[in-house]
Amino acid sequence: MSPSTPESGPRSRTARRGESTSRGRAPARASHRASSPPASARTASTFAALGDRTRLSLLSRLSRDGPWSISQLTHGSHLTRQAITKHLRVLERARIVRCVRSGRHSLFEMDPEPVHEVRDYLDRISAEWDRALARLRSFVED
Amino acid sequence: MPTATRTQNPAADRIEKSVELKAPISRVWRALTDHNEFGAWFRVQLDGPFRAGEVATGKVLHPGFEQLTWRAIIQAIDPEQYFAFTWHPYAVDPAVDYSSETPTLVEFHLEKSATGTLLKVTESGFSDIPDERRNEAFLRNSEGWAIQIKNIEDYVAQHP
Repeated sequence: MSPSTPESGPRSRTARRGESTSRGRAPARASHRASSPPASARTASTFAALGDRTRLSLLSRLSRDGPWSISQLTHGSHLTRQAITKHLRVLERARIVRCVRSGRHSLFEMDPEPVHEVRDYLDRISAEWDRALARLRSFVED
Repeated sequence: MPTATRTQNPAADRIEKSVELKAPISRVWRALTDHNEFGAWFRVQLDGPFRAGEVATGKVLHPGFEQLTWRAIIQAIDPEQYFAFTWHPYAVDPAVDYSSETPTLVEFHLEKSATGTLLKVTESGFSDIPDERRNEAFLRNSEGWAIQIKNIEDYVAQHP
């Protein structure tokens, strides 16, 4: 069974981007960032990962608390363990969810950073449109 | 009322703006679709007129970004009603090839209003998921999406 107090354990953050089975490998986060694709490509994959009802509800649960094991996420859901696993992997590949180890258990928690990136990206484009439309307004009204 | 631009449904994978302009539709239409007028407010020096189905190119005039080429594919020109193009938003890094990324669709809808023209601008397609699925996820279930994204945003706000 799953550990009853998942939040009390130390959060090992070694497993990222589908590396949940590679025991103890360092995350090398800095180098990952340096070679990461442009923001728009990342945000596209974030949107794609979010564009599914089941994943949204999984993420909604993970955003409230966690980390949770697959068993815990399956319990109280109408989905099979296989379905939950599949959706978690999609979220994990998009870096929205990461797998953390607690003893011999795999737990899943949300990584807010990609959601931040999506918000920032849309905010920037939205602000660009505000400025462009303000210029359009003075262009046609003057 | 001279309202500022308004962002609707900010959580979805689209940006929607509504702006009330004190100018007749014909004036707004010209400002959108005449390439010289468009360039004047959009800050791009276009190489030629917009034609539906064709690529439009030009030179970005934004201070600091003058080395960039502006590029869009004109999707529709429905006189005084609808103008649309696809492009790569925020394509500001000359070292990055944006052509492999899914473009977004920019749409301008014009409607006559009491004081002039109601202009709606939508930019959509920030995700590369198929339209069908996006529609289901973001439009039909927009309420569910809004609730979910609220939860996520609350979480994000607490974990800066």
